[in-house]
Amino acid sequence: MPGVLVSANHAAALAATLAGRANRGARGFCSGVYPITPSTECMELLCNQEIEKGSVVRVESEHSAMAVCIGAAAGGARTFTTSASNGIAYMAENVVAAALLRLPVVMVAANRTLGPPWNVWADHGDTLMLRDSGWIQLYCADNQEVLDSVLCAFRLAEDPRVLLPVMVCQEGFVLSHTMVQTEVPTQDEVDRFLPPLAHPGRMTTTPRALGGIDVPHTTEVHREQHQEAMDRVFDVYREVQDGFQAVFGRRPADPVVAYRTEDAEALVVSMGTIATTVERAVDDARSRGEKLGAIRVRAFRPFPAAALARLFRGVRRIAVLDRDISLGFGGVLWGEARGQAEPGTLVQGYMIGLGGGDVRPEHVLAIAADLERRSAAGSPVLWEAGP
Amino acid sequence: MSESVLASLPAERSSSHAPLLRPGNANCGGCGMSTAFQLFGRAVDGRPVLLVIPASCAAVSIGPFPYTALGAPAVLTTFGAAAAVATGLSRVARLNGEATRVVCWAGDGGTYDIGMASLSAAAERDEDILYVCYDNEIYGNTGGQRSSATPAGAATTNTPLGKVEQKKDILGIVAAHRVPYAASLSLAHPQDAIRKMRRALDTRGFRFLHVLAPCPTGWKSEPALGVELVRLAVRSGLFPVLEVIEGRTLVVNVEPELSQEALERYLSLQRRFLKSGVEARALRVSIERRWQELRSRSGPPAPARGEG
Repeated sequence: MPGVLVSANHAAALAATLAGRANRGARGFCSGVYPITPSTECMELLCNQEIEKGSVVRVESEHSAMAVCIGAAAGGARTFTTSASNGIAYMAENVVAAALLRLPVVMVAANRTLGPPWNVWADHGDTLMLRDSGWIQLYCADNQEVLDSVLCAFRLAEDPRVLLPVMVCQEGFVLSHTMVQTEVPTQDEVDRFLPPLAHPGRMTTTPRALGGIDVPHTTEVHREQHQEAMDRVFDVYREVQDGFQAVFGRRPADPVVAYRTEDAEALVVSMGTIATTVERAVDDARSRGEKLGAIRVRAFRPFPAAALARLFRGVRRIAVLDRDISLGFGGVLWGEARGQAEPGTLVQGYMIGLGGGDVRPEHVLAIAADLERRSAAGSPVLWEAGP
Repeated sequence: MSESVLASLPAERSSSHAPLLRPGNANCGGCGMSTAFQLFGRAVDGRPVLLVIPASCAAVSIGPFPYTALGAPAVLTTFGAAAAVATGLSRVARLNGEATRVVCWAGDGGTYDIGMASLSAAAERDEDILYVCYDNEIYGNTGGQRSSATPAGAATTNTPLGKVEQKKDILGIVAAHRVPYAASLSLAHPQDAIRKMRRALDTRGFRFLHVLAPCPTGWKSEPALGVELVRLAVRSGLFPVLEVIEGRTLVVNVEPELSQEALERYLSLQRRFLKSGVEARALRVSIERRWQELRSRSGPPAPARGEG
C-alpha cells in the first residue's frame, strides 16, 4: 500500500478521525480542542473532518478542552484532544481528573519546551511533568508510529481491564511538522480493529456521583485499583499488538525497543526521535568493532522496569539520554532507568537536545566515548547539542 | 431556613417523587442551596436531568463515595470546568438523541470567578446547557472567603473589615452573551422561581439561572431566617428578580418596594455587615441607580401573582 505524505500532526488527526467514525455504532465521538504550537495542525485537520455521529468543540482553553473530553467520556463517547507545552501545563488539573475518573481519553502531545522564555521546539519536559498523573504515556520515534499509536491508544484505553487515558507523545517539529510517507488505513480496517466503546462506568439515568468525595480508605482503594490497571497494561498491550498486526499487517513497537543489544558491553538508553539517531550512531560504532547497543523506552507509564532490567543484565556501562531536565535532579528517564541496572553498573545521565537542540549521531558517539572513559558515574551532564 | 417554601406551593404529582436533594445530605441547617434544590426538584418533575457540579458546597453535600444524596446522576468536576464538562455531556446526549437536561449546579466562586472563562465560552457557543448559580456570596466550602459575588461591606475571613468592591452583575454578564434565557430567582417567590426553572429546563441552548442562596454560616444570620432575608433583599431592591430573553427582552418579575425599612432589616439580620458599618442610606444610591438602568431596559412590569 503506497503511503500518504503527511506530518505527524496530520497522521494523528487522521487516526483520531478514523477512530471517531469507528464508534458511530455506539455513543459516537466528541472532542474538545484548542490550538497551541506545535500541535495546532492536528486540531485544525480534525476540525475539517466529517465524522458521523461526531462533534468537535472549539473551546476557549486547554483546561476546557480536556474538560469537554471528560464530559464526553463520562457520557460514553470516544474522545480525543491534542496539546503541547504550556497548554498541557494549563490543562494539567483536568489531565489528572481524566485519569482519576478512569476515563479513556486519548491525547496527542506535540512535545515542546515549557516557557517563558518562549521556545516552540522539542523537549519532553511538558509530558514528563505529568508522569504521575495516572495516564499511560507512549513516546514515538516516527510518523507511522504516531498514527499507529493513536489507534492502539484507543483500544488500550478503552479495554475494560485498563480504562485509563493514554498520552501519545511526539516531538514538536521533529515529527509534528515533518512530512513522511505514512500508511493511512481505511475506515473498514479501523472498524475491524477498534470495537465500539462500551464504558461500564458511563453516566446513565441512575442516580450516582462520578468523582464524589473520597475518604482516606476509599482513596487507597481507588489508587490500588488504578495501579492494578496499570499493572495489566503490558499484557493487554500485547493483545493490542496482535490485533493490530492481524488487521494492518504490521506490528506496533514493543514498550521497550532493543537495537543490537545482544552482545553489547555498553548501552545508550533514550526516548522518542533521539533513539533513532542513537541507532545510527550504534551502527557507526559497530562498524568500528565497538560493542554498543541502543534501547528505546517507548512506554514511560507504566514504566517497563522488568524489560529494562532484563536488557541491562550483564552490561557494565549505560548512558541514559534525556530530552528533559528535572531541575534540581537531572534527567527524568535517567532517574527511573538507573534503578533497573545491576549493582556495580555505571549508569551515567546525559541531558541533550533541550529546547529542541539538534541531536546528531556525532553527539551520541561523543557521549559513548565519554561513557567509555569514566571509571564511575558522576552527576548528570548537560550536553550541548547543535543549534 | 425553617419557613416552609414548599408548603406554600399547590400540591402536584411531583410531590410524590423522590426529592432531588435527599435526606442525609451534608448541607448546613438553613442552607439556601438546599432550598433551591428542593424547588428545582419540583420544577424538574420527572424530566431526565444530569447534574454537573464543580468543587463547591454542593459537591461536598452529596456525601462520600459510594453514596450520593442526590436523586439524579451527577458528575463532579474541577473547580473551573463545570460548563466545559457539561458541554461534553450535552453534546454526547444530543448525538444520541437523548432529551437529558445537562444542568450545571455551581456556587458563586465556581461561576463568577474561577469558572468565568468556561461559563462565558459555553454561553458564547450556545451549548445546550442549563447553568444554575446558587450564589451565597462567599467561598463557603473553604470557610467563607470573599468572591466577586460578595457585596461591598460584607466581612469575610479574608476581608475581615468588610469587602470594598461591589458585587459583579452576573446576570448582566451572561445576558450580554445573548443567550436564549437568563433569569434570577427568589427563594421567597417559589411559584415564580419554579415557573422560570421549568422554562429554563424546557428551552434549548444556553440557559442561566441566578439564585440568591442565604448562607447562615457565612452571613452570620439565623438559619431560620433565610427565606425572610431573600424577601427583604427583593423588597429593598437589592436583589432584582427578572428574566432576560435572548439578551434583549428584560422582564421584571417581582416589583421591588425599594423599601428603606426592608434594606435596614436585611443588613441588621446579618452580622457580616457589622464591622464595615455599611449603612442602608449608602446602599440606597447604588440600588436606585441599578433600578434606573433596569427600568430603561425593561418592558412593562409583569409581576408574579400573589407572592411576596
